[in-house]
Amino acid sequence: MEHSATTLSHSALLWLIPMFPFIGMLINGLFVRKSRETFAGILASLAMFCSFIVSAVVFFQLVGLDPHHRELTQTIYTWMAVGDFHANISFLMDPLSAVMALVVTGVGFLIHVYSIGYMKGDERVTRYFTQLNLFAFFMLILVMADNYLLMFVGWEGVGLCSYLLIGFWFEDMEKAKAGKKAFVVNRIGDFGFLLGMFLIFITFGSLDFQVVFERATGMDYGAGMVTAITLLLFLGATWKSAQIPLYVWLPDAMAGPTPVSALIHAATMVTAGVYMVARSNVLYMLAPTSLAVVGWIGAATALMAATIGLAQNDIKKVLAYSTVSQLGYMFLACGVGAFGAGIFHLMTHAFFKALLFLGAGAVIHAMHHHLHEIGSDADPQDMRNMGGLKKYLPKTYWTFLIATIAIAGIPGLSGFFSKDEILWKAFSSGNTAIWVIGAVAAGLTAFYMFRLVFMTFFGEFRSAKQGQHPHENPPVMTIPLMILAVLAVIGGWVGIPHVLGGGNHIEAWFHPVFAEAEYIAEIHQGYGIHDAGIEMTLMIISVVIALIGIFLAYHFHLKNREAGEKINKSIKPIYTILHNKYYVDEGYQATVINPILATSRAFLWKFFDVKVVDGTVNGVAWLVNWSASQVRKVQTGQVQNYALMMGVGILLVLLAFVL
Amino acid sequence: MNYDYNLSAIAVPLILAAGSVLVLLTDVLLGKKAKDSAYQTTLTILALAGVFCFTRWGTGGSAFFGQVYTDGFTSFFNLAFLTVGFLVVLNSPNYLIRNGIDHGEYYMLILLALLGMTFMASAGDLLIFFLGLETMSICLYVLAGFHKSRAKSNESSLKYLLLGAFFTGFLLYGMALVYGQVGSTNLAEISNYLAEAANPLGGYMGIGLALLLIGLTFKMAVVPFHFWSPDVYDGAPTPVTAFMSTAPKAAAFAAALRIFYHPGIELGIPWENVLWVLAVLTMTVGNFAALAQTSVKRMLAYSSITHAGYLLVGFLASNELGASGMLFYLFMYGFMNVGAFTIAYLVNRRGKGNYNLSDFAQLGTKSPMLAALMSIFMLSLTGIPPLAGFFGKLYIFSAAVQEGYVWLVVIAVLNSAISVFYYLRVMVMMYMREGEDLADLEKAPTVAITAVICGLAILIFGLFPSPLLDLARASIIALL
Repeated sequence: MEHSATTLSHSALLWLIPMFPFIGMLINGLFVRKSRETFAGILASLAMFCSFIVSAVVFFQLVGLDPHHRELTQTIYTWMAVGDFHANISFLMDPLSAVMALVVTGVGFLIHVYSIGYMKGDERVTRYFTQLNLFAFFMLILVMADNYLLMFVGWEGVGLCSYLLIGFWFEDMEKAKAGKKAFVVNRIGDFGFLLGMFLIFITFGSLDFQVVFERATGMDYGAGMVTAITLLLFLGATWKSAQIPLYVWLPDAMAGPTPVSALIHAATMVTAGVYMVARSNVLYMLAPTSLAVVGWIGAATALMAATIGLAQNDIKKVLAYSTVSQLGYMFLACGVGAFGAGIFHLMTHAFFKALLFLGAGAVIHAMHHHLHEIGSDADPQDMRNMGGLKKYLPKTYWTFLIATIAIAGIPGLSGFFSKDEILWKAFSSGNTAIWVIGAVAAGLTAFYMFRLVFMTFFGEFRSAKQGQHPHENPPVMTIPLMILAVLAVIGGWVGIPHVLGGGNHIEAWFHPVFAEAEYIAEIHQGYGIHDAGIEMTLMIISVVIALIGIFLAYHFHLKNREAGEKINKSIKPIYTILHNKYYVDEGYQATVINPILATSRAFLWKFFDVKVVDGTVNGVAWLVNWSASQVRKVQTGQVQNYALMMGVGILLVLLAFVL
Repeated sequence: MNYDYNLSAIAVPLILAAGSVLVLLTDVLLGKKAKDSAYQTTLTILALAGVFCFTRWGTGGSAFFGQVYTDGFTSFFNLAFLTVGFLVVLNSPNYLIRNGIDHGEYYMLILLALLGMTFMASAGDLLIFFLGLETMSICLYVLAGFHKSRAKSNESSLKYLLLGAFFTGFLLYGMALVYGQVGSTNLAEISNYLAEAANPLGGYMGIGLALLLIGLTFKMAVVPFHFWSPDVYDGAPTPVTAFMSTAPKAAAFAAALRIFYHPGIELGIPWENVLWVLAVLTMTVGNFAALAQTSVKRMLAYSSITHAGYLLVGFLASNELGASGMLFYLFMYGFMNVGAFTIAYLVNRRGKGNYNLSDFAQLGTKSPMLAALMSIFMLSLTGIPPLAGFFGKLYIFSAAVQEGYVWLVVIAVLNSAISVFYYLRVMVMMYMREGEDLADLEKAPTVAITAVICGLAILIFGLFPSPLLDLARASIIALL
């Protein structure tokens, strides 16, 4: 468990992992002409594939190492060294970043391939793949950095790419605006990260993970400084990973192309906050207050976003709120000290949520073409225009269904194992209230996801015209779906709990990374509950809750629609609030955005940037005597005003000294 | 003490002075035949001065009986001034010729302004500092009005002159009070006095130093002494604006560091409070005003106020990291701003000539190279890593946190987050807006070269900041 610099192994391969997408980005950005869209797509996908292969090689290198020394590093060069301020460009591969790198490159590769089909025919495909590769580059920097500063480079970089990709279809003002909102919001979140970083530096004298965590173990449990650092970092994470109260940008970000939503806003970038918290596990464990904040924010977000998901009709919006909710689960896990479970869920979520988004993209793609053909201008994303699609899009339907079962938490599929691990850890660590919230949110998840499936794939097709119907998408889009479907099934098998006769390999795999934190937890919080009977009972309860959710969705959205309508009517006020997402966006607009704009426009601009020509003629002799007419025209009093204001400033400054 | 008349100690200003005469002569003698002789001579002189500055890097000590310091600090700032001067001169002809103001005096004035700056950074005596400041300022007044036929340019010049004179009065008055108290204008003697006096800031001393600081903050365009700068920057010819918003600002900060960081001169609590308030005001007002601009030139003018606020944060921190951060920041800020103004000028030619933001529309497709460079400048000004602008802020803010100015840094970081709005707007325009019949960009090799140099510098010093930082740190150690 003791880390020391001498035990680190070096790997000369690490730099290649981010380098491939970077090269792909350069070639596509500089040399590939607009017209060669297929080539650009293949090149970008190939870059991702190479980087996936290297990640896998490094992964197996890690597996071959002694579990306690599973760390590979590579220092490229010393970035800067000013006095005691020191940072390297260097990469770290340990069990945690290895899983992240595999998810980013693996799922990223599949999404790149899918994009070739999805983006076909768009004018700016080359630019699209350039930006997608650039995103992958920054994301890999983020997860492979071995210090906070380099991590921050990735952190900012993914935000920038996310902005560019959300606003990719900028002809649509709404979409360009959504991109800008996401970037600005993220930038404000970076403020927390930056401040946290400053405090880490002055407290520990370094920004290297290794050094910081080693020195942190010498701090007092619950020390104020560590609490401040972790809260600030978490502030950064709440923006990046769309948690209460700062999640509003994520649903808007759905304006981007759907594969972008799958990659950035489901599988990778939005999980960066979870990764960062898990990476800083030692710091969080030393700050019980911060840990509680993380846990409760996560739980609250999981619940609130799930309730909003119940009343949305846009297929992507449902998935967006579902992502917010699932990210809440991951933070909930971190908050109860189960960092490994959180990252496990991050991984399985990457599989099934990427699949759900790509599936939704396939539906939208097919709907779009169909609506276009029949000359309708209905919204291709509105589920009320869909229905019965399983007949026309069988491959999409089956893969989508698998992902839905996985997210709903039905035993055997990936989502079940990771979600149950989280709930069990919440309960066994004594956070019963958080467990209850998590379990309820799980039921809601099952409900809204199956509602989505029933509304989309079952019943009658509601946009039929002259016997025309949507067509299944080409293999370049459906094959990635199938691969992801396989992963969504088996991806959780690495974490089958002991009570079910599994080995929970993923827990053992992550153990070296979180050992120090677990040790701190044992000292200060005592051991958790270890009782196979309780664990089994809880598992059964959560399965029953999920089944109830599915049954209700079936009952109200397929079997007996009128009953569903009736219920919606009878609880109209609640439904309206949910449908309008608790009016949070409107609240921000009124309380934050409008006042800032108004202040800037009305007050500051007028006051400090007064129009020269509007000035009143001033009588001070030495200016009036100025003869050149044009000069007089522009000098009408303004200078005196300036001088006056500055004179007042001087007086105030002098007064400050005298008093 | 004969060796104190060491001319090589002031080699850089001497070259600049001789050069300015030479430029005038070549313009008069050869100007008719070879149109760009003054231009080429100026570039040569600046390069020569740069080589001298680099090869005779200051090692400490003073010359002329303590009148000028010959340390690394002097050399560092000389290099910064010369770099900005070189970049500005490099892209000037395009503007000058286009507007029919292609006169040799322009280059002479730039050289003389640089001369003044070098004395501001190296002054060991308040009088030398003052001479440097006035040499610089008078050149700038003329440069701001260099576009004689344009009312705006005249207005700019006149405003600058009037308000500059106003503040020169305060500055001189402050110096007089200090002299009255100490009996000398020499920095070493002033600090001796402060070290020995029972009540160092008593008598006229406190107010004298305060007036001195106020005079300097005017040149830095610190709120509330900033009113001149948006109008002056807006009205001046664009290359001059690029010059004014960088080099003189660096010179004012250099002088402030030289005087107030002088060993033995300690700033007390009231100073910290005042500087704290000024820093917050400067960052915030500059930012909010920049938000409301539709002209890129004005936006950059206000944003340069904001950056002065960030620099004040470093000034307040007054430790090694903060001071070396300031040096790094000032050096890099030259590249960012000159680059941004250069491209803004070129792009402006597509539109109606009022630097409207919408002139940038479609630049991403029309001229991907310039758009990419402009993006680098905007992102670097915003402070996105790994560009050089980020590291300037990083050092300054870290230093301030180290000294316990946590709330100040909170405000600074929030401001820097707000600034993304207006910097990003330029990028949105370039990449995400359809243009309405905008003319193609004209070919302007010198402008392109300037922008490329600036962009590369920002990238390279972002990825490899160590050499420059080490240099900055070595330079600042002489002061601390």
